Amino acid sequence: MAAAAAALRSEWTKIRTVRSTVVTLAAAFVVTVGLSALLCLLTNHNFSEATRNATTPFDATATSFGGIILGQLAVIVFGVLVMGNEYSSGMIRLSLAAVPRRGVLLAAKASVVLVLALVVGLLTSFVSFLLGQALLGSHSTTLGAPHVLRAVLGAGFYMTLLCLFSVGVTAMLRNQTLSLGILMPFFFLVSPILSAVPKVKTVARYFPDTAGRAVISVYQPADAPYGPWTGLGICALWVVAALLGGWLVLDRRDA
Amino acid sequence: MIEARGLTKRYGPHTAVDQLTFQVRPGVVTGFLGPNGSGKSTTMRMILGLDDPTSGTVTIGGYPYRRLPNAGRTVGALLDAKAVHGGRSARSHLLSLAQLAGVPRQRVDHVLDVVGLRDVARRRAGEFSLGMGQRLGIAGALLGDPEVLLFDEPVNGLDPEGILWVRTLMKGLAAEGRTVFVSSHLMSEMALTADHLVVIGQGRLLADMGVREFLDRHSTGFARVRTPDGAGEQRRLLAKVLTDAGARTEPEPDGALKVSGLPLPRISDLAHQHDVRLHELSPHQASLEEAYMRLTQSEVTYRSGVPAAGAAEEPWGTAPHPYGTAPGGFGESEV
Amino acid sequence: MIELHELTKRYGDKLAVDRLSFAIPPGVVTGFLGPNGAGKSTTMRMILDLDRPTSGRVTIDGKHYAQLREPVKYIGALLEAKAAHPGRSAYHHLLWLAQSNRIPARRVDEVLTLVGLQEVARKRSGGFSLGMGQRLGIAAALLGDPRIVMFDEPVNGLDPEGILWVRNLMKGLAAEGRTVFVSSHLMSEMALTADHLVVIGRGKLLADLPMTEFIDRNSRSTVRVRTPAPEALLDALARADVVPRRADDGAFEVDGGDAAQIGELASAAGVTLHELSPQRASLEEAFMRMTAESVEYQAGAEPPPYGGEPLTGPPPAWGADWQERWGTKQKKRES
Repeated sequence: MAAAAAALRSEWTKIRTVRSTVVTLAAAFVVTVGLSALLCLLTNHNFSEATRNATTPFDATATSFGGIILGQLAVIVFGVLVMGNEYSSGMIRLSLAAVPRRGVLLAAKASVVLVLALVVGLLTSFVSFLLGQALLGSHSTTLGAPHVLRAVLGAGFYMTLLCLFSVGVTAMLRNQTLSLGILMPFFFLVSPILSAVPKVKTVARYFPDTAGRAVISVYQPADAPYGPWTGLGICALWVVAALLGGWLVLDRRDA
Repeated sequence: MIEARGLTKRYGPHTAVDQLTFQVRPGVVTGFLGPNGSGKSTTMRMILGLDDPTSGTVTIGGYPYRRLPNAGRTVGALLDAKAVHGGRSARSHLLSLAQLAGVPRQRVDHVLDVVGLRDVARRRAGEFSLGMGQRLGIAGALLGDPEVLLFDEPVNGLDPEGILWVRTLMKGLAAEGRTVFVSSHLMSEMALTADHLVVIGQGRLLADMGVREFLDRHSTGFARVRTPDGAGEQRRLLAKVLTDAGARTEPEPDGALKVSGLPLPRISDLAHQHDVRLHELSPHQASLEEAYMRLTQSEVTYRSGVPAAGAAEEPWGTAPHPYGTAPGGFGESEV
Repeated sequence: MIELHELTKRYGDKLAVDRLSFAIPPGVVTGFLGPNGAGKSTTMRMILDLDRPTSGRVTIDGKHYAQLREPVKYIGALLEAKAAHPGRSAYHHLLWLAQSNRIPARRVDEVLTLVGLQEVARKRSGGFSLGMGQRLGIAAALLGDPRIVMFDEPVNGLDPEGILWVRNLMKGLAAEGRTVFVSSHLMSEMALTADHLVVIGRGKLLADLPMTEFIDRNSRSTVRVRTPAPEALLDALARADVVPRRADDGAFEVDGGDAAQIGELASAAGVTLHELSPQRASLEEAFMRMTAESVEYQAGAEPPPYGGEPLTGPPPAWGADWQERWGTKQKKRES
């Protein structure tokens, strides 16, 4: 137990003493809140045009999370850096010599990331929501409206899960550049594009980001095969798989 | 022949190199020594025309580097082993250098053979170990078949066989009448390689002389004397006799005596007079390291590892030579 | 005490480490030698449980590394100097390491002072020179005040003062009864530091001996004798069937001779000796003799220039060629 506490403290020190990790986490907040606010402002000003072709009712909550599509990238970078730093600097060997039970090392890292990302994620989602609603004027909604609180909390959880997912993937790949090179295009391009292609769409719905984002929308599409929490659960399964894979690689392979 | 006259380099208020005047002659290996931050790299860079002196001159064969008629084929240098594009193969790296210097292509394969990299010539230099990078750097220096060669820490990362090879290489180059100027921190290696030394400290010239003369001036030799094993009496007697005759004696861990201050024949005579049989009487030169330390001791401006605070709990803090951390030492960092 | 039992590591069909068994005792500095690719680094990584052995095992005082509680307090290692995040300060780099093993933060300041980095403790380690990175690595190894220390090429990038300091540090740690295991390619440095040697080649154990024994076994001994009465000495030696060889400087050399025996013979015959020095091979020479066959990257063209005859052999193959060409160049100049 003492060993685990020591490992947690040590991992926390690692994160807070490097500028890049601190900056990316801050960027996740700034980008999400800023972009969401901008989208809300624009939507409010051009409301009729923006909602002309909508098939579902206007979702004020989801609109105030519009920035998450970019903000999530910063969260992913943060997750990659926390794990990838170890490999890019060669520090992993020192870390493993200090904490030879590799599962403990990975668990400590993931736990610190979990807490940090959760705090930043929830802060981001609430600030984003409140600021967005203020800017939406007459089209806004409130936390008390049906499903809204679930969506706001869900947005925070979603960012946290993506972050942990990238930690797991990077632990599997053991290479910072490679992880960024795979995760960034996937979440920024591949997944959104495939989600728009008919037929492929049905598969793309089970990608971690698409599934996870279901929780953010107050109104679910009519043809949705799963509910919002189930979607988040699918995303969580991806995270578990990635971390498990990461742990297997870390444990089995030579450092 | 490399010639520095009043060579000075100032960075703002800091004088890195201060009025250096020395010559590096052909036909011998000249070692270039000095603590970190003493200005060795800056001097090397000025010799190669990479940095401009604030005042003074440095010439190679009478010309400043940049006005050498055929610099690429007159001077070869190894400054930074890793100064190779990581994606390029060893061979194409050398080919591009050869084209730049107007050296025939077949020299490339020749120098690759010389440094033992032929089998990996087509591999990306980025995958090379430090030692292989060093060999590639040496190949680059030899490419133009130059008469003047500069090496900065040439044995970095090499294994024992490679170290021996570099030493033999440098001596061979000097024996062919070339000018060989080598900087290194490895005193024991320098002692085996160099014939002549240029020592600087805080940018100033501290010594410019033959290795033997340097050792004679800055250190005292000693004799190792051994009496028959198990005959403690004889050893004690000899130690007393020698001390009475004005020598300093010091027991060695293996039972021998370290004697300084008396010539060998005199030790022999004294032993003979007192019927002490000798099983060893061998002359020893103090190490280059000792001589160097004695010379530069005053130059290292302040030392750390100060035992003051932690000496009691840190027994190793009291090591006889705590770390000397010249503030200029950090000037050499690759920021 | 570190113990290796039949330790083996296989990468695909290549055996990097082949049934190594040896023990590293406390109280002495044990040098770990071998050519590049001999398996030294792999062995060191397996001791720290970073690489998993294919078969065999390593124990530290009877325990497997992963069973050690707070291993940093037990065994400190310097494997690579630059194993720090470039964006993190030296202080914070050591702080996370200290926290992971519940070492008080004040110990961080202590070791930073010890290695002479206190001035730059708050600077990002990315701006450090190789030597400073090395000191940071040494600080990390000493952080837990461990009973066992393991250093891989500790003097890389250090200046002469730093090299001397590291040597004294290692000897001091051993004198305190700690286990000191150090690998290096610098034979002349090892000769001054290590008491005991473990030599491997192609993953196999070649030697596990005290330093002096290693040198004695791997070199031909010669005794140099100098006397004012050569005739009397020759007679005395001849009576014992000892045949000396006359050296250039008037001394005599006895191949395979025993200094004690010659001393006794001279003494019995009343011959004064002005020198009686056993000439021992250097560690480098002994090492070359032993590992001549297991070098991976052989420098120079065939035949291997240093095969069997590292000491007295002709200059390497390339030298002959160069001298030839140099000769023709000279001739052209002359004509």
